[in-house]
Amino acid sequence: MRIDCPWCGSRPLHEYAYSGDATTKRPDAERDADLSVWMDHVYLRDNPAGLHKEYWHHVSGCRSLLVVTRDTTTHLIESVSLAVQPSKGGKK
Amino acid sequence: MNQQCNRSSDGGMIDRSKIIKFQFDGRAYEGHPGDTLASALLANGVILTARSFKYHRPRGICTAGPEEPNALVTLGRKGRSEPNIAATVIELFEGLEARSQNRWPSLRYDLLAVNSLIKPLLSAGFYYKTFMWPRSFWYALYEPMIRRAAGLGALQNRPDPDRYEHAHIHCDILIVGAGPAGLVAAKEASRSGARVLLVDDQPRPGGYLSGESLEIDGQPGAQWAHEFADELRAMDNVRMLARTTVTGRYDGMTFCAVERVSDHLRARNTKVADLPRQRLWTIHAEQFICAAGAIERPLVFDDNDRPGVMLAGAARRYLNQYGVLPGREVLIFTNNDDAYLTARDLSAAGADVIVIDTRKKAPAAKLLPGRLKVFFEHALTDVSGHNSLSSATMTPLVVKGPKQTMRCDLICISGGWNPTTHLLSHLGQKPQWSQKIAAYTMIDSGSNAFVTGGAAGLFELTQGMEDAAKTGRNAARACGFSTEERSVLPLVSPNSSYAIEPFWRLPKQLSDGSKSFVDLQNDVTVGDLELSEREGFGHAEHAKRYTTLGMGTDQGKLSNVNALGLLAELRDQTLSETGTTTYRPLYGPVALGALAGQRTGAEFAPVRHSAMHDWHAEQGAVFTHAGLWLRPYYYPRGDEGFATAVTREVRAVRSGVGMVDVSTLGKIEMKGPDAGNFLDHLYINSFSKMKIGRARYGAMLREDGMMFDDGTVSRLSREHYFITVTTVNAASVLQHMEFCHQTNWPELDVQFCSVSEAWSAMAVAGPKSREVLERVVEDLAIDNGAFPFMAVGNGTIGGAFVRIFRISFSGELAFEVYTDASYGQSVWEAIMRAGQSLDITAYGTEAMTVMRTEKGHVAGPELDGRTTAADLGLGRMMSQKKDFVGRRMAVRDDLVLDTVKQLVGLKPLLEGASFKMGAHLVEDPTGIGANVSQGHVTTAVYSPACDHFIGLALLSGGRNRVGERLYAVSPLHNEQVEVVVSDPVFVDPAGERTHV
Ligand SMILES: [Zn+2]
Repeated sequence: MRIDCPWCGSRPLHEYAYSGDATTKRPDAERDADLSVWMDHVYLRDNPAGLHKEYWHHVSGCRSLLVVTRDTTTHLIESVSLAVQPSKGGKK
Repeated sequence: MNQQCNRSSDGGMIDRSKIIKFQFDGRAYEGHPGDTLASALLANGVILTARSFKYHRPRGICTAGPEEPNALVTLGRKGRSEPNIAATVIELFEGLEARSQNRWPSLRYDLLAVNSLIKPLLSAGFYYKTFMWPRSFWYALYEPMIRRAAGLGALQNRPDPDRYEHAHIHCDILIVGAGPAGLVAAKEASRSGARVLLVDDQPRPGGYLSGESLEIDGQPGAQWAHEFADELRAMDNVRMLARTTVTGRYDGMTFCAVERVSDHLRARNTKVADLPRQRLWTIHAEQFICAAGAIERPLVFDDNDRPGVMLAGAARRYLNQYGVLPGREVLIFTNNDDAYLTARDLSAAGADVIVIDTRKKAPAAKLLPGRLKVFFEHALTDVSGHNSLSSATMTPLVVKGPKQTMRCDLICISGGWNPTTHLLSHLGQKPQWSQKIAAYTMIDSGSNAFVTGGAAGLFELTQGMEDAAKTGRNAARACGFSTEERSVLPLVSPNSSYAIEPFWRLPKQLSDGSKSFVDLQNDVTVGDLELSEREGFGHAEHAKRYTTLGMGTDQGKLSNVNALGLLAELRDQTLSETGTTTYRPLYGPVALGALAGQRTGAEFAPVRHSAMHDWHAEQGAVFTHAGLWLRPYYYPRGDEGFATAVTREVRAVRSGVGMVDVSTLGKIEMKGPDAGNFLDHLYINSFSKMKIGRARYGAMLREDGMMFDDGTVSRLSREHYFITVTTVNAASVLQHMEFCHQTNWPELDVQFCSVSEAWSAMAVAGPKSREVLERVVEDLAIDNGAFPFMAVGNGTIGGAFVRIFRISFSGELAFEVYTDASYGQSVWEAIMRAGQSLDITAYGTEAMTVMRTEKGHVAGPELDGRTTAADLGLGRMMSQKKDFVGRRMAVRDDLVLDTVKQLVGLKPLLEGASFKMGAHLVEDPTGIGANVSQGHVTTAVYSPACDHFIGLALLSGGRNRVGERLYAVSPLHNEQVEVVVSDPVFVDPAGERTHV
C-alpha cells in the first residue's frame, strides 16, 4: 500500500503510522462536559464498509497528519489531504 | 541402471557436452547443464521420488514446474538444508545433494506405509473426530504420533549461513510471465517508451514454448523466444528478472517477488560470497499485466497417484526441453485436445502411445500419425504397479464393453488447463467459470490490471499473442504513453486449437473403491470430499478446511478446480454457483530468510549508543537495553557482582557524588507565542505562567485519562521551552504532540521538534555534586542562592556550552548537565576529573532505579497504561483551571472509586526477606482464583538506605491501608512473603536534601 503525501509524494506504507478515525472531533471542554460525549469520543468508532476518513501520520517523512479517504472494502485510496492547511504566516 | 537411460541423443535445451554430478538419497547420478533435478532424475530412470503426506504412498514426479505436489525433497545439508523444495524447480548444479522425505527407513521400504491400512481413521475431518476422545490423549499421544507419521520434510535448527537482500524497484508496467504473451506484451508496451519490468520464474524466457515442438517465424519456439527476449533486453526502458517469482499483489500497486540469485550457482567448492542467495523485491508499478500462463490439472480416477503418472504437458516438456523420454509404453488419458500434442511428440520420439479420450471425438486427433490408436469414450479405471507402473485398465464409458488391460511405464493425464490468475485474485477479485475452456478465468481484471495469453484463457497461441500485443499497448496508454496501432505479429506453425469436455471423476460404478486422489500433496481423495459434503461441509471454503484440500505447499494449484468440479457434481450445482476458494499471497513457498532479508543478528534492529558509550565500555560497564539504546546497567569493580556494585554506586551518590548518563531521555525543543498554552493542553499541570529560567516536573495523560508519560519542562525564554520525556516514550510523545497540534489545536502558533540526538546529558547527583561542578562550570553561578532547586541556566565546561538544570531523580542535591552531543564525552570526562578527589562514581540504570524507588518516584512499571495520575499520588498536580488531554476521562466515576489500585510502598515483615516484582498481593496466601489478588508489586529492590528490601505496588484502596499486612505471592517462583504496606517514599520524605 502507498499513500500520496501532499508534501512528499507517493510513499510506501511503512513510512506512515495509522492514527485513528479522522471523522471524530475532540469535544469542546467548556460546552461538552457531559461524560457520555467524552465516552463516545474516546471509545466509540464507526466501522463503515466503504469510504472512510482516517488519519495517517507521515512519521518517517514530513511528520504531517494526513486525512486519507479510503475504501475499507477495496483499500483503494480516494483522496489525501493535510489535516491542517498550511498557514500563510504566523498570527497577528 | 544405465546412466541417463532415458536421455534422447539430441534435442532439448541441455548441454550434453558437460556432465553435472549430483546425489539423490546418497546415490550418485549424472545430468547436464539445463537440467532440473526432476529432469535429471527422470533421465536416469528414477521413478519413485517421494512418499505421500498421510498414507506414505509411493509417488513420482508429476509436473515440470513449481506446481509439483509430489516430488518434494530436502536440499543440501546442515545449515543449508532446506525442506519441501520441488525437484521440478531445482536447477541442477555440481555436487547437488537431495534427499527424499517422509519415509522411514528408506524410500522403497517405508514402514509407515501402514497408514494406508488405517485409512478409515485418517479420512476427512479426522483431526476433529477420530482423536478427540479421550481429550487428554490428544496432546500426549495422538498429536505427536500424527505429526511424526504425517508430514513433509523436517526443519533443521541451525542458523541459515546464507545472505538475503531486500530491494525496491519502480516501473510503469509490470508484466508477470515471459512466455509468448508476456514477451509480445512487453515489446508492444516498451515501444511507447514506458518502463517495463518483465518477471519470470524460469531461468530462461519463453514460458511454455520451451516445452513445445512448434515453430514461430520459421524457428523453433524456444529459439524465437530467446532472440525476442534479447531484443527486449537491449532496450533501455526494459528490465527483465529471471528466476523470480512474483509471490503477491498488495494494495496500491505494490508487488512482492523473490529472485533466486545464486541458488543455481551453488556448486561444490564454489564460493558465491559476493551474491546474496535470494533477493526479495518490492515492486511498485503503475499498471500490471498478468501473463502467467496456465497450469494443467490432473484427471481423477482410481490409483491415479502411482509413480509414473504424469501430467501430459509435463511429459512433453521433459522431452522437448530436457531431452528426456520419461516412458516408452505410454498411455495418454485426456478430456481435451492439448494432450494430443504430447501423443504426437512422444510418438515421434519413439514411444508406443495409446490415447484414451473421455470424449466422443477430438478435433486434434488429426495431428496424430495414423498408426496411433485412440479410444474415445473410454477412461482409465485402474492402475497397477507399486514403486513404478506395470499396467493399466481401460473401460468404455458409455456403451457396455470389455475392459482392456495394457502394459505401460508412463501414464500422461490431462484434465484441462487452469489460467494462472492468482495475482489478479490477491486483492479479493474472484474468477468466473468459463464453460468454453472448462476453467475459471478472470473476466474483469480489476483496476490498473490486465490479463492476457494463457492466463486469460487464450490457449491458442496466435490468438494469445494478438491479444497480448493489444494488452501491451493498452497498458502503456493507461500510463499516459502514446502507442502505434499496428504491429507485425509472429507466425506460428502449426497453430493448435483447444477443445475440452469436463471430466471431474470416474463414474462411481466404474470405480472399484480404490483411492482416487484429488489433492496429491495432502492426500485428499474423492471419498474425503464426498464425506465432507455428506457431513455438511460441502461449501468450497468449508470443504477445503474439512479435508485440508489445497492446503499444502502447492496451495492446491493442481487440485482446487477438480475439487470444485466434484463438489459441484455432488451438490448438483453449476461451477459458477460453487465458486472458488480465496486465493491469497504467497503464490509459492518463500524462505523465511528471504522475508527477513538483512535484518538478522546484529542487523535485526539498530543499536543506539550515547556519546559517552566508549567511556562506559572502557570502565567495564555492563550494558542493558532500553528501547534501542544500550545503557550502562552497572559498573562492576574488580570481581564485584551485580548486587555489590549497585549498592556501592547507590551509597556513593547518597553520601558523596555520582554521575549517570541520561542522554537517552527524549528531548523536544518548543518555540512560538502559543508554546505555553499548547503545553497547558498537553500536561496536567500548567507551564504558561512558569517563570523563565525554571524547570518543572510534568505529567501527561492519554485522552482516556490514563498516565502516558512524565518528564520535565523548562522555560528558557518567553516563547522557548525545553522538554524531556522518558527514554522509551521519546518517539510516541512527539507523535502524540504532533497529533494534538495538527488535529485538536491547529490554531496555536507553536513549532517543535525532537532534539534527542543533538544533546548529551548527564546527571551529577549527591551532596557533593555542587562542589564538583563548581570546579568546572564557568559563566554560571550554581550556589543555592543564585541557582535554587528547579533552576535552569547556561554556562560552559572547558569551553563547551552547557545547559544546567537543577533537577533531581535520585532525591539528592543534583544537577543535570546538557551539552552538544559532540562534546558529550569531553564534558563527561571533565566532570569526572573534577570529581576524582571527591571519589565521584559513575552509576548505571539499576542504581538509578534503586534510588527512585527509595524516593517513591514512578517509572515505566507504574506507568503501565492502566493507572491515573491520582492512582500514582499525582492527583493534586491536575489543574482545575484549564482543559488538558485526559482531563474529563481521568475523573469518571469508575476511576475515582475507593477501591482503585493506588501506589503504595512495601517492606517485608521480616527484615531479611525479599519479594519479587510481579508478585500479587493477597490477604490469604492459600486462596486461589482470579479475584483474590488485591494488587501487584511493580518494583522491588534492595534499599541500601533502609538496609532491607523495599517495593512499590499498586494496591486496591492502598493509600488507606498503610500498616496493613499482606502476602506477596509469586506462584511462578513458589514464593509467598509477608509484607507491610507503607508510604511509597522511603528516603527523605520532606524532600529537604534537594533544596540544600
Ligand atoms: Zn509527507
